[in-house]
Amino acid sequence: MPKTETQDEKKTDANDGAEKEGGDEGIDRFDREQLHHFMREMLLYRRFEEKAEEAYAIGKIGGFCHLHIGQEAVALGFIGPLQEKDYVITAYRDHTQALAKGLEPGPVMAELFGRDGGVSRGKGGSMHIFGAEQRFMGGHGIVGAQVPLAAGMGWAIKYREEDQVCVCFLGDAAVNQGAFHEAMNMSAVWELPVIYVVENNEYGMGTAIERVSAVSIEERGEGYGVPTHSVNGQDIIETWSFVEDLVKEVRDGAGPQYVEARTYRFKGHSMSDPVSGTYRSKDEVEEKKEKEDPISVLRERLFDAEIMTQDELEALDEEARKVADEAVEFAEDSPFPSEEELYTHVYAELNEHGRLFMDGRDR
Amino acid sequence: MPEITYREALNQALAEEMERDESVFLLGEEVAEYDGAYKVSKGLLERFGPRRVVDTPISELGFAGLGVGAAMTGLRPIVEFMTFNFSILALDQVINSAAKMYYMTGGQIPIPMVFRGPTGAALQLSAQHSQACETWYVHAPGVKLVTPGTPADAKGLLKASIRDDDPVAFMEGELLYNMKGEVPDPDDGDFVIPLGKAEVKREGADVSLITHGKMVNLALQVAGKLEKEDVDVEVLDLRTLRPLDVDAILASVRKTNRAVYLEEGWPYVGIGSQIVTTIQEEAFDYLDAPVLRVTQADVPMPYAKNLEKLAKPDADRVVAACNRVLYRD
Ligand SMILES: Cc1ncc(C[n+]2csc(CCOP(=O)(O)OP(=O)(O)O)c2C)c(N)n1
Ligand SMILES: [Mg+2]
Repeated sequence: MPKTETQDEKKTDANDGAEKEGGDEGIDRFDREQLHHFMREMLLYRRFEEKAEEAYAIGKIGGFCHLHIGQEAVALGFIGPLQEKDYVITAYRDHTQALAKGLEPGPVMAELFGRDGGVSRGKGGSMHIFGAEQRFMGGHGIVGAQVPLAAGMGWAIKYREEDQVCVCFLGDAAVNQGAFHEAMNMSAVWELPVIYVVENNEYGMGTAIERVSAVSIEERGEGYGVPTHSVNGQDIIETWSFVEDLVKEVRDGAGPQYVEARTYRFKGHSMSDPVSGTYRSKDEVEEKKEKEDPISVLRERLFDAEIMTQDELEALDEEARKVADEAVEFAEDSPFPSEEELYTHVYAELNEHGRLFMDGRDR
Repeated sequence: MPEITYREALNQALAEEMERDESVFLLGEEVAEYDGAYKVSKGLLERFGPRRVVDTPISELGFAGLGVGAAMTGLRPIVEFMTFNFSILALDQVINSAAKMYYMTGGQIPIPMVFRGPTGAALQLSAQHSQACETWYVHAPGVKLVTPGTPADAKGLLKASIRDDDPVAFMEGELLYNMKGEVPDPDDGDFVIPLGKAEVKREGADVSLITHGKMVNLALQVAGKLEKEDVDVEVLDLRTLRPLDVDAILASVRKTNRAVYLEEGWPYVGIGSQIVTTIQEEAFDYLDAPVLRVTQADVPMPYAKNLEKLAKPDADRVVAACNRVLYRD
């Protein structure tokens, strides 16, 4: 597809940027503590998801459960640089983003277990993790539905004349929903402070993106007057640096942004789907795990730069496992919601003015 | 008769109709290379090729509309929704295009197509993935609605739906796909069940338990339970919600004088509301008790296992409703 100059001008690639500025803008930008923090966080996400996987296998978690294993650097890279007051919204693959936005591992795990101590009181489950206080706005099960919602948050920020930013995650397959296109246009027209991040893990369930999109994911953001970018979502240093700069710009009024984060899902689409099969080979998955695991990528960079030792890594991992274990304990210890909870939260008002809902009570 | 699963019955119906009529094609997410999210279209890509078994992007509004457009030219598309929950995105094309086209063109342009997929709750899929969508479809004049509860009905009714000249919503159930039942052998001739015919799944004299779709199986279970207490339950499976077999409903109620409607959906303006209206309008004098309904609780489906169980219709609640219309304690 021929590109116009404006499109080219608007497009940035974090790789190019890094090269232009001397190649190792990368790691020098961060101090030791920050780099260790990256590792600590990503290990926590990984161990948390592995615990969820275990719990699902023994029936403690039910329904659909979509793991983010392999995509941890995208969660951390796009959420870590935000402030508490900023908004985050995503689809159903939402556990690690919730942790990244500051939700406690215990209540998130309890939500997966369907317990009263869960962040959504056990009513939402794996696909619907919410933390209003932390401005983590979910957790949405209908592909693409969160995109206009993000525009709404951007709208509200402008309306109140504040300087927050909203980060909206969506899958590569979600760009085929009309809602995405409508939201992109409105965001551009009204210059909304929203960063749309397409987590391009190459597949929507069993469908490779090339089979359902005539142009690349990066190009799918074009045509709306929204600047488009692409980053290596397996490299936390690259992603974090890029996002930190971008968030500053958006906070200063740069308007909506579209970023492709190139990543890969290491597990099946959900816990009930196979890791590989007709749609992708086992070898492909193994190779990605071998070469593009965001945790290994960071580990190699830190080892090479002598910023972390094997012992330190092991200690961090130990700590992550402990937190994940404690999250499971918290979930186990939390009771199931009481039966009265069935009819709470349907409406803000509880049947005070006649029959708002039919609760089976004789009247 | 051979025993096959509900899934296989649907697969046979699709294959037979595609074989029979070149204008039939299947369109939806993951229907081709993945054999369908629930494997209903297994083997069809291999057999009919990518021209007639088509994987779509996740664009429900777009591909439902594309189906309607193709139907406007006389093709017979079958649009599969991975589940009907996602078809809510496509409702504009279903209701504003498909349902009204024949009428607003003064009969020039019929829409001979099928929208199909699972409806209703499976297990712990939470609020956005556990909806019985019947009411949304049946509300609009112009769409037919078919809800098979057994493998034989799945096959015979799907074949009739594909041949029908109106848009038909055909609602299956995730928890039904593995269910086995007798279905006539394809070698014994074309097996088609006409739309609009209810079926008495179990004869009884004391109370009419009227239902549709997946709930037929729960109704039969309850009938078995109550039989042990000498209550003779008649289970009437509507099978098609539009056109509605009013005669079958009235015949049953005139016989038993008591009725309970059982459905998976919400009570508020649910399918049962329509059935109760029909009964009170046309068989009021035959009733010995108010008609009761057993439905999902009037709440979005909760995720927590215990709350989900409480929200769904179950055998105990159906038994209790039957006992109430019988004034039994
Ligand atoms: C509107 C809608 N259609 C279909 C589905 C079923 N579904 C859930 S996830 C998914 C694939 C989405 O892929 P992508 O957007 O790439 O995100 P990923 O799962 O890779 O994170 C599909 C088809 C759905 N949830 N919502
Ligand atoms: Mg994807």
